[in-house]
Amino acid sequence: MNANSSTDRVKILNAIRQHKVADVELPDLNAGWIEYDSPVDQFIQSLESVGGKVVRLDSLDQLGSKLETLESFSTAKVRCSLMEGQGSPSFDLDQVDDPHDLKDIDFALLAAEFGVAENGAVWMTDEGLRHRAVFFIAQHLGVLLSATQIVSNMHQAYQRLESSTAFGLFMSGPSKTADIEQSLVIGAHGARSLTLFLLP
Amino acid sequence: MLTEECHLNPHLEAVGIEVVDTDLGERIVQLRQEPPSHIVLPAIHIKKAEVGEVFHQHLGTDAGADDPDYLTEAARQHLREKFCAADVGITGVNFAVAETGEFVVCTNEGNADLGTSLPPVHIACMGIEKLIPRQRDLGVFLRLLARSATGQPITTYSSHFRGPRSGCELHIILVDNGRSSILGREDFRRSLNCIRCGACMNTCPVYRRSGGHSYGTTVPGPIGSILAPARDPGQHHSLPFACSLCGSCTDVCPVKIDLHHQLLTMRSEVKKAGHLPILKRWGMWAMGILLRRNWLYGFLGSVGRKLLPLMPRPLIYNRMNMWGRQRELPPTPVKSFRQLYKERYERK
Repeated sequence: MNANSSTDRVKILNAIRQHKVADVELPDLNAGWIEYDSPVDQFIQSLESVGGKVVRLDSLDQLGSKLETLESFSTAKVRCSLMEGQGSPSFDLDQVDDPHDLKDIDFALLAAEFGVAENGAVWMTDEGLRHRAVFFIAQHLGVLLSATQIVSNMHQAYQRLESSTAFGLFMSGPSKTADIEQSLVIGAHGARSLTLFLLP
Repeated sequence: MLTEECHLNPHLEAVGIEVVDTDLGERIVQLRQEPPSHIVLPAIHIKKAEVGEVFHQHLGTDAGADDPDYLTEAARQHLREKFCAADVGITGVNFAVAETGEFVVCTNEGNADLGTSLPPVHIACMGIEKLIPRQRDLGVFLRLLARSATGQPITTYSSHFRGPRSGCELHIILVDNGRSSILGREDFRRSLNCIRCGACMNTCPVYRRSGGHSYGTTVPGPIGSILAPARDPGQHHSLPFACSLCGSCTDVCPVKIDLHHQLLTMRSEVKKAGHLPILKRWGMWAMGILLRRNWLYGFLGSVGRKLLPLMPRPLIYNRMNMWGRQRELPPTPVKSFRQLYKERYERK
């Protein structure tokens, strides 16, 4: 750190200390948040409302054949997978040094730690992952999630969030924009589609 | 929006660095060499045909094409190239967490995420008011932000940054720019609660009529009409007066900023600081005398009703009458409200 930034830091901190605001109690976040009778049904509904698709699987064995029925997968030339032995990847992500080399990925298969029923979001981190770009650069995404790993609301989500990885994100559906005359367009800069495979 | 507030882009361009805004709306206004007109939807003032025109010029899309899907696809292709060529990714910060030292960036397009996961350097710029105490508070704020900004349950991407990618750099810049002095002003402190959702401008009858550019500030609308004069009353003194005090902004604000009360208070602050134009000062002084005296009000009303229709036009519509520049006075009524009310009351 250079001298200049440290004086700016001191200046800002002193200015804040000068106007010290009275302390207030931190709010108790254990209020009665919404809990759904069926978090799974609510999750599916939420995800579909934000442009995601949900495919239910009876077991992991079905994943391969269900993937083949997806046009985004079957027509994909470049595929990658974060699931050992799944998603028939066309290259090994760990062997890629420069994330720019991922720009041609057509389909990426990801695995989510858990899902949130209130908004259809899934939590993923860069644990054991060399390039977080894979979440955003792939044209289409498949995400694997176990139905037992769905919480009702964001408060429960943060309660179970313990990871200390450098990066984590909630992703809710495919990328979208409404910046041109407020018309919703799916497929802005990130994924054009998101298909969630739900294991029992 | 913070980098706009600090005029970072013109500075970087002046030292020879190409800056590419990556949010679709921001890119559109950047290509048009305009400032954004809304903090969530920067290009909300632009028609799709105009977007088509500017894309035809800069991105080579078909002339006359104005389909939002087609234009968004063109922007996607164009910006992918830019993402891949960037040396540094700059983002804002929606929330930073004191407890964990992490910060969260929310987007729907994925531009902040793509823009920071490719280049080796990520610079995050945040106002000091973006800090919240605990990670679990994010559960409330992520919901509030998306719901109040666009009506979504959560933004598509809520990225939590806790450190750089391996072998890469992450820098966080905390910006004060007048915020700490607002902290010291009891009447306006709550304005620092703002999470920049844009709900107050979406509901504001003045914003909806006049658009974001008319404010001449990075953050327009009700909240901008407090933040801008709080920082620089000399330049932005007129903003708190461009308000009907209807209170709709206060009603919709998810973090309960008493916006219309602050706007009213800001008017007297502007006057105390001596920034009120002389015509307004005199006008307010005269109105004060008039409205405090019942008899004078009644008398002048009756004189006006008789005199106005007889007066030559240049005497009424001149430089002094700013209101009449674009408007015609309604026809002068024969009787005053008080007379009509009295007659009606006596008839009963």
